[in-house]
Amino acid sequence: MKARSKRLMLVGGGVALLIAAVALVLSAFQQNLVFFHTPSEVAEGKAPVGKTFRIGGMVEDGSIAREADGVTVRFAITDTAKVIPVTYKGTLPDLFKEGKGAVVQGKLEAGVFQASEVLAKHDENYMPPEAAHAVEQAQQAAKTLSQ
Amino acid sequence: MKAKFLVPLLLFFGLAGFLAFGLTLNPREVPSPLIDKPAPKFSLARLDAPEQQFTLESMRGEVWLLNVWASWCVACRQEHPLLVRMARDKVVPVVGLNYKEVRGDGAINARGLSLEAETSMAIERARRWLSDHGDPYQVSVMDIDGRVGIDFGVYGVPETFLIDREGRIRYKHIGPITPDSLQNVLMPKIEELRRAG
Amino acid sequence: MIPELGHFALILALVLSLVQAVVPLVGAQRNSMALMAVGRPAAQGQFFFILFSYACLTWAFITSDFSVELAATNSHSATPLMYKITGVWGNHEGSLLLWAMSLSLWTVAVTVFSRHLPEAFMARVLGVLGLVSAGFISFTLVTSNPFERLLPGAGEGRDLNPLLQDPGMIIHPPLLYMGYVGFSVAFAFAIAALLSGRLDAAWARWSRPWTTVAWVFLTAGIAVGSGWAYYELGWGGWWFWDPVENASFMPWLLGTALMHSLAVTEKRGAFRSWTVLLAIGAFSLSLLGTFLVRSGVITSVHAFATDPKRGLYILALLVIVIGASLLLYAMRANKLMGGGSFGLVSRETALLGNNVLLTVASASVLLGTLYPLFLDALNLGKISVGPPYFEAVFVPLMTPVVVLMMFGPFLRWKDDDLVAAVRKVAPAFIASVLIGVGVAFAVDHVTWRTVLGLSLAAWVVLASIQLLVGRLKERAGASASSRLRSITASWWGMWLAHLGIGVFIIGVTMVGSLDRHLDVKMKEGQRAELAGYTFVFRGAVEAQGANYDAARGQIELSRDGKVLDMLTPEKRLYWAQGMPMTEASLNIGPFRDVYVSLGEQLDDGAWIVSLYYKPFISWIWMGCLLMALGGIFAAADVRYRRMAARDAAVASGRRVAASA
Repeated sequence: MKARSKRLMLVGGGVALLIAAVALVLSAFQQNLVFFHTPSEVAEGKAPVGKTFRIGGMVEDGSIAREADGVTVRFAITDTAKVIPVTYKGTLPDLFKEGKGAVVQGKLEAGVFQASEVLAKHDENYMPPEAAHAVEQAQQAAKTLSQ
Repeated sequence: MKAKFLVPLLLFFGLAGFLAFGLTLNPREVPSPLIDKPAPKFSLARLDAPEQQFTLESMRGEVWLLNVWASWCVACRQEHPLLVRMARDKVVPVVGLNYKEVRGDGAINARGLSLEAETSMAIERARRWLSDHGDPYQVSVMDIDGRVGIDFGVYGVPETFLIDREGRIRYKHIGPITPDSLQNVLMPKIEELRRAG
Repeated sequence: MIPELGHFALILALVLSLVQAVVPLVGAQRNSMALMAVGRPAAQGQFFFILFSYACLTWAFITSDFSVELAATNSHSATPLMYKITGVWGNHEGSLLLWAMSLSLWTVAVTVFSRHLPEAFMARVLGVLGLVSAGFISFTLVTSNPFERLLPGAGEGRDLNPLLQDPGMIIHPPLLYMGYVGFSVAFAFAIAALLSGRLDAAWARWSRPWTTVAWVFLTAGIAVGSGWAYYELGWGGWWFWDPVENASFMPWLLGTALMHSLAVTEKRGAFRSWTVLLAIGAFSLSLLGTFLVRSGVITSVHAFATDPKRGLYILALLVIVIGASLLLYAMRANKLMGGGSFGLVSRETALLGNNVLLTVASASVLLGTLYPLFLDALNLGKISVGPPYFEAVFVPLMTPVVVLMMFGPFLRWKDDDLVAAVRKVAPAFIASVLIGVGVAFAVDHVTWRTVLGLSLAAWVVLASIQLLVGRLKERAGASASSRLRSITASWWGMWLAHLGIGVFIIGVTMVGSLDRHLDVKMKEGQRAELAGYTFVFRGAVEAQGANYDAARGQIELSRDGKVLDMLTPEKRLYWAQGMPMTEASLNIGPFRDVYVSLGEQLDDGAWIVSLYYKPFISWIWMGCLLMALGGIFAAADVRYRRMAARDAAVASGRRVAASA
């Protein structure tokens, strides 16, 4: 085989591979990105139905309750403006507490958020960034309204 | 130099540009929605005299700082000596907002506590802490359940709000105050507000 | 006093690193032996001062000197001694110092083990390493001084994050940093080669063992970190694709590509430009990883520990180091063209294919890690990119890599016959697919992922056996022992590391397909069943550690009526931070782990208990161990020492000639 055509095949193979890789990455992004919504957005119906997404905010005081099986937990996430009820089956993270920040991932079903994952912060003093973001957005909305 | 060899360099510069932009997003500079708005109204018990209430009105006509603190907050310990020095030199009046003294402390399970028990525990702890570390506050108020903190959009301790003569929030400092941030950020703003009024 | 000495020593180290950076480079340019000779003592002196500085900081932790802010925020008087020592690097400032120290250690290692290098080349290598070191030490001093005082001192420290108080965390960071930073040597060799214009097989040969050793450290470091996450985070996951993990995985992928590319450059003189680019890339990703973890751009958008000044400084460092190297590359790369030519079907092509795939994989991890940042920057919403993305990208990219990885060694260098080669491996390949399907049916879990994973693993194992047998047959007539002895250490290294991948895939596939999990509420005396095992809850007792209180569950594990173990998962409360922590308890076996952790205690005294059955999970780490072991074999090959001696003879001959 001539050097030239060999080179062409190598380059062609490389380009084909790159295109395949880009297509792969794009489709993976398409299917697997998890968007983040604040409780206010969810209350306004802006969150997708039947798709996995995340909510951040604070665990409402006095909202944690366990069902008889002990494993299913109900609680509510709030950004101080709106409250979203959540159910979760499993063990909660060590730093999950009422009045503290948390982020939950799951799907919205009939107005109740079915969480598949609950993330709490790593540190005692501060909220997860997404939770802080949600509270901040709600504050901002509240201020705009009161004007 | 062939053009194709520059491709990695250009790719890298694109990436670096994004990273630089990412740095500017660092929400230490979060523009608080409250900036230039009237501070949320509140009425809270004073730490030194819990039977008395403190309101924003009593600070009207002054440029002052509202410093959010708690005895369990480690970063507060870092800024505290500076606050004490500021109080000694009478730099600016500082009001302390003690935030979730008991229920904010991870070491305590406050769930079973009555509000009265929690309040007296909080006052005891806060007083002890101030007598140990020095009391830089003109007055300190107790936000037991953190409601006022939420109104102010507090989501980490310490935070410090700069409030003008008309009771508007003019600046929010997140994290401990350092000599550097005091001198280069807070003081110029305080002086500007004083001149303006 | 001692902290001030440490601070001062660090400043001296910075001065020496600048000397090490500037003088030898100037010397190499002017061809001045005297100037070039400065590099070695400067590097060694720098190491001494950093070591001293590090010792001073450790001293502050050991003696609980809480007038040092770092000790006050990361240690506690009741912390066990071991965790006082490791607390030094369990934070930003200390880990930067560790970074600088490992860089310095590598530099000293180069001055000791690469004495055979030509003076000018060595001077350039030391100069480049000195520049990087100066960047990092000044970063530490300017933005993150670990010796900062807290006056008046705190009465008691805040303690190290309990998650980090674990034996795994004692060795994980040093190993990882040695790996990360170790790529700086390959980088320095590549830059020195670009500067001198000397990019031949000798350069690749010098660089190879260093790259391999760094890769061994990184492999081991990542494996230990993953093991730590597995038993410490309390829910049995072993890899999370979080930005911090990705930061170490990206250089690993590119480092793997670099190792193989260096092999081609050394043996065949090909791929030189590509190899240089990979050397720059692997180290750049190490730096980028440091940036991502340390600047707070990604991990913690609202962590006060991250100062924007730090992010800016390290970004500037990144731009200077990587930008300058890539510019140098652009200027010199056309000199790197050519080299050994090879046919379309050859071992070179197989290696090139895998190189490209590994690079693409690395880029896809980078993209997934940075994508949330991009969207946020463009104000397109907040998102998170989780494991599903990475898995969706990784499986299709790595499948051809594993197939090619075992096919490549059957191909001859330069040119081979495709039909003949395929015929050689076809039986093993077909058998692998059959085994994959068969085993999937046998364990009653027929999904395409399980079949694929098992087939790939079978392919690696079968092809490895065929390779070994073929290699032993090569010298027909010789005795068995001489045949074995004829195999070089680097061949064994390749063989072991590739086999390690197979073992690793078995672990990943089995755990991914067959693990079982049950969250259950248990009262004293209650039992639960999972995957054929019986768990009986015997209650929880109070227990106390050096710096924590704990509730210790007593869970009896049995199978078929035979008691196997008493598992004791704990719920701990660390005094200083008041932080609760879950400590899992494991019954480890070669073919499965049983893993138990405590959730919350409920009001009626019952506990939420998480039970896990993890088949073949230890194979994941066994696979990593084999890979690392393979790397050690490859780096220890006697050939390097023989060649080194020859190079030294050539160099000294040249020196004699020059002085004559």
